[in-house]
Amino acid sequence: MTAPAPAAEPAPSPPRSAIALRGVHKAFGAIRAVDGLDLEVPEGSCLGLLGPNGAGKSTTMRLLTAQAIADGGELEVLGYRLPEESKQARARCGVVPQQDNLDVELSARQNLAVFARLYRVPVRERRAAIDRALALANLSGRADTPADELSGGMRRRLLIARALVHRPQLVLMDEPTVGLDPQVRQELWSLIDGLRSDGVTVLMSTHYIEEAERLADTVAVMAAGKVVAHGPPGALVAEHAGREALEVYGRPDRLSEVEGLVSAAGFVTRRTGPALAILAAEGLPAGLAAELEPNGVRRVANLEDVFVALTGEEIA
Amino acid sequence: MAVDTASEPRSETGDGPSRRLRRLEPAAIGGVLYRELTVYTRYWFSTTFSSIVEPTIYLLAFGFGLGALLTEVEGFDYLDFIGTGIVATAVMFSSAFPSMFGTFVKRRFQRTYDAILAAPVDTEELVTAEALWLALRAGVYGTAPLLVAMVFGLEPALGMLLVPFIGALTGFGFASFGMFIAGVAKSIDNFNYVISAGLTPLFLVAGTFFPVDTLPAPIAAASVLNPLYHCVELVRGATFGIEATAAAGHVLALVAFGAIMWRLAIWRLRARLID
Repeated sequence: MTAPAPAAEPAPSPPRSAIALRGVHKAFGAIRAVDGLDLEVPEGSCLGLLGPNGAGKSTTMRLLTAQAIADGGELEVLGYRLPEESKQARARCGVVPQQDNLDVELSARQNLAVFARLYRVPVRERRAAIDRALALANLSGRADTPADELSGGMRRRLLIARALVHRPQLVLMDEPTVGLDPQVRQELWSLIDGLRSDGVTVLMSTHYIEEAERLADTVAVMAAGKVVAHGPPGALVAEHAGREALEVYGRPDRLSEVEGLVSAAGFVTRRTGPALAILAAEGLPAGLAAELEPNGVRRVANLEDVFVALTGEEIA
Repeated sequence: MAVDTASEPRSETGDGPSRRLRRLEPAAIGGVLYRELTVYTRYWFSTTFSSIVEPTIYLLAFGFGLGALLTEVEGFDYLDFIGTGIVATAVMFSSAFPSMFGTFVKRRFQRTYDAILAAPVDTEELVTAEALWLALRAGVYGTAPLLVAMVFGLEPALGMLLVPFIGALTGFGFASFGMFIAGVAKSIDNFNYVISAGLTPLFLVAGTFFPVDTLPAPIAAASVLNPLYHCVELVRGATFGIEATAAAGHVLALVAFGAIMWRLAIWRLRARLID
């Protein structure tokens, strides 16, 4: 008698999408803010939505909470179709807005108490939920301080705590660290990183390259209302900027001359202050490299190179 | 990446039971009301002061000023006549004005409504809760002139217990009216037109200070379209007695006013808040 063959390992099921946008359009008069947007965010991942001002990031965020209604296309958030089922979806999302909209006359605890009710946290769990959110945002010691007496960084942390008070599955963050000093930004990065570790799906719009590089599993670069590149930061850099960039220094007329030369050879360039950066410089022909290197510096290519190469815009 | 969109509806909160959220959810309305109550605890004194003192000054100024010249109007002592009429003014002051300015500020400057609408609350619930809150306040503040008039000799009556409800019903309509205007206005300065050309005439020809039938016939006839007139008539009726059919007509007029303004407020604010 032959032993039965071991059962085949079931194929791992593909990750479910926390967010799925297909062919989404949104116009404001003649302006196409979102123009055929396709985007998938798997559950448990952090996606950085990177783009210059006016790329459509904030409109995309508002579409996801049904505070803007798409003119066309399909939107699903946590399995709910938008805008019809947006209320159910919003119950499971947390939103950190770009602009502070706290009730400034209320204390941190009172701000959270209001949203614990709005998010339907059961009465018996409310106090613990508020305490947990305060602790998460490192605000337990300032729980009874009115929001208008908190520093900018603390208010931003309170906004994040407000978005987390009901343990959402998905957190939407619109430029969460804009205008904050580097130390506060680091604190918020730790907080956001903690969410990722807890398996919360995060969609974060930003125009800070470093923020996207450090926090996002995948990055979607938006320009003119659509995604022009999508993938892990390292893969995007490899695909669009190569391994190295050569930054060539010189007079403006010399840089223009070099720009023409390398562009004709098929290389992508970008201006970086007083220098001209040549992307994928590891592929430069030996003769050209020998000519340029005495006035240049080689460095590792980065996401900023990708961003500029794809959007044609420098980082603000 | 191949991804499979989750299709099963899930619970509305992290661990809660799965349930479809309906329109006008009590939890959403309760949450917005709780926010208003919490914010109110921070400035209740100034709000209460202005809402009570302003109509009381009208009552005293007209009651004692004109009262010295007019002893009786329609068979009532003038102070009693005006004490009951000023209730409508107090109701309007404590509903339409905070509604217009408050809604505009929360929408445009504080972005409070953006924060609330990012939670599972829709515009209809938001407007309903805001109107209910102001209606509640108007019902309470509206009784202040009546209490002051009682100090000066107005006889208490059992029907007066209905005055807070009349005030709340009228206040709901005016609060909704204020939100509608705040949804139409492009600038806070636009409210001057509404106050000068709309609210001031309404409260002057509502039968508060003098009977509407002393006005030219067309204006007197048009007063039936003035919600404050119906409020004044109901308050006087609750205090001094009124026929049931007349009272029902006034209630119906206020219900219609409230319902129309409520829908208009939802329509305009939805247009403003949802792109």
